[in-house]
Amino acid sequence: MATPLSLESVSQRGTAATGTRQTQGLARLLLAPAVGLLFIWMIVPLALTIYFSTLHYNLLDSESQQFVGLDNFRYFLTDPAFIASLQNTLVLVGSVLALTILLGIPLALLLDQPVLGRSIVRLMVIAPFFVMPTVSALVWKNLLMHPVSGLFAWIAKLFGATPIDWFNDAPLFAVILIVSWQWLPFATLILLTALQSLDEEQKEAAEMDGAGALSTFIYITVPHLARPITVVILIETIFLLTVFAEIFVTTGGGPGLQTTNIAFLIYSQALIQYDIGSASAGGLVAVVIANIVAFFLVRIVGRNLEA
Amino acid sequence: MARAVTTNRVVISTAAAWLCGFLIFFPILWMVLASFKTELEAFAIPPSFLFFHWTTENYATVQERSDYLLHALNSIIIAGGSTIIAMLIAIPAAWSMAFSPTKRTKDLLLWMLSTKMMPPVGVLVPIYLIYRDLGLLDTRVGLTFILCLGNLPIVVWMLFTYFKEIPKDILEAARMDGATIGRELIYVLTPMAVPGLASTLLLNLILAWNEAFWTLNLSTLQAAPLTVFIASYSSPEGLFWAKLSAASTLAIAPILVLGWFSQRQLVRGLTFGAVK
Repeated sequence: MATPLSLESVSQRGTAATGTRQTQGLARLLLAPAVGLLFIWMIVPLALTIYFSTLHYNLLDSESQQFVGLDNFRYFLTDPAFIASLQNTLVLVGSVLALTILLGIPLALLLDQPVLGRSIVRLMVIAPFFVMPTVSALVWKNLLMHPVSGLFAWIAKLFGATPIDWFNDAPLFAVILIVSWQWLPFATLILLTALQSLDEEQKEAAEMDGAGALSTFIYITVPHLARPITVVILIETIFLLTVFAEIFVTTGGGPGLQTTNIAFLIYSQALIQYDIGSASAGGLVAVVIANIVAFFLVRIVGRNLEA
Repeated sequence: MARAVTTNRVVISTAAAWLCGFLIFFPILWMVLASFKTELEAFAIPPSFLFFHWTTENYATVQERSDYLLHALNSIIIAGGSTIIAMLIAIPAAWSMAFSPTKRTKDLLLWMLSTKMMPPVGVLVPIYLIYRDLGLLDTRVGLTFILCLGNLPIVVWMLFTYFKEIPKDILEAARMDGATIGRELIYVLTPMAVPGLASTLLLNLILAWNEAFWTLNLSTLQAAPLTVFIASYSSPEGLFWAKLSAASTLAIAPILVLGWFSQRQLVRGLTFGAVK
C-alpha cells in the first residue's frame, strides 16, 4: 500500500500516525467546498419543490398561497395532459434509444474495421454531438424538414413521392429524428471505444480454434458489448427524459399536446401558466422517474469503482 | 494467416464508412453551405449544392440584425466562468479523494454522481423564484452559478479518474530521493496531472457552451448566450434561413473544433469512467 499523500511532507514512516490524522483533516478541508455546494444544490431546491407542491400557488392569482395537501398531485397525475406527455416521453426515450443503439452498433463495427482515413470519418460521425441543441433543431426543421423548401421535400419529389409535412403529420417522429441524430455519435463512440479495447488475441484465438466470423461476433463481441450498451442506455435515458430545447424551438409542444413531454409540460405549467403548485408536483414526479433510472446507473458505475 | 486483411475488404469498409460519415455530417455541411447563399438561393428548389453565388453578407447582417457579439461574449463568460470555478472547487476535492481515500470515498463519489441525475426541470420552479427574488434572472452571474453547479459532479468525477491513475509509487520514489513537497508538486505531479486537467476543462467548456435548459429558462436578452440567441430565430420572420445558418455556423464553429480535440476524453467523462 502506498502512503496517502500529505502536504505536510511526512516522509518518515515513524510519523505515519500523526501524518494520517493531519492528512485526513486536510482531506476533509479540501472536500468541504464541493460537498457543501452540491449538498445545498441538492437539498434546498428539492425541499422548496416539495413545499410548493403542497400549496395552491399561482403567480397570476395575486400571491395568495394556501396549503392544499396532495391536491396538486391528484390534479397533475389525473390531468389528461400528464398521461399524454408521459406517453410522449416514453415513446421519445424508447425510440431514440432504439435508433441510436441499432444504428450505433453497425456503425461502431464498421469504424473498427481497417478504414482509410478513419480519423476523419470519426470526426464527421462525432460532430453532431457538439452542435448546440437549438442549432440542430432549427437546422433540421428549416433546412431539411421544411415541407416545401426543405431538402427532404426535394428528395421526395425526385422520387415522385409527396413530401411529408414533418411537423404537422408526424411531429413527434420529427423530434425523435433530430434527437437521435444528436445522440447517435455518443452511442457510436462509446461502443467503438469498447470494441477497440476488445482483446485482439482473444479474437485470433477463437479464429484459430475454427470459429467463423459469425460465431466470433456472437460469442465474443456481443457479450463484450453488453456492458457498454447498458451504460449507453442508462446515460442516454437520463438526458433524454429531459429533452427540452429541441421541443422548445421546433414545436412548442404542439400541435395540441403531440410533442409535449414531461419536461415541457412542467415548463409550460410553471413559466406559461404560472401554476407553481402544480408544476412543483410535476417536478417531483420527474425526479422520481429519473431516480428509478439513476438507481441502476449508479450501481453499474459503483461496481466499476471497485475494479 | 486467417486475419490477413485483403485489399477488397479495406476498399469496401472504407467506402461504407465514408458514406456513413458523410450522411451523418451532412446537416452541418448543408448549414454551412446555406450560410454562404443569398436568402433566395437558400430557399430555392431545386437546391444548388456548390454552384451558387457565394456571399459572406449573411455574416455581416447577423451582427447588424441582432447583437451577435454580445451573445458570443455572454457564451464565453458563462461557459468559461462556470468551468473555471467548477475546476477550482473540484480539483482539491478530487485530489483528496484520489490520494487520501477513506471508506466513504466511494459513497461520496456516487452521491455526487446522483446529484447530476436530478432532472433540472424538477427544480425549475424554486430556482426560477429564487432567481426572481434575488434579481438574478437574465444575469451572467446567475447563469454562471447554475451551470457551475450542474457540471460540478462531472468535473469532480473526471478529475478523480485522472488523478487516481497517477502512480503513488512515483511520489514515494521522489520522496526517497529527498524531494520536498514543493518540488514534488512542481516537477512530479503537475506534469502528470496536466493532461487530465486539460481534457476535463475542455469537455466541460463544451457542455456549458451547449447547455440549453437553464439558459433558455433563466435568460432572455442581456445575459442570453448563443443557445438563446439561436432560439430567437425560431419565430419565422420572412426569409431568414441563410442568416440563421450563418449565425448557427458562428455559434458552433469554436466548440466543434474544441470537441474534435477532446473526443477521446468525451467517452470517459460522460460515462463517469464506466467505459474507457
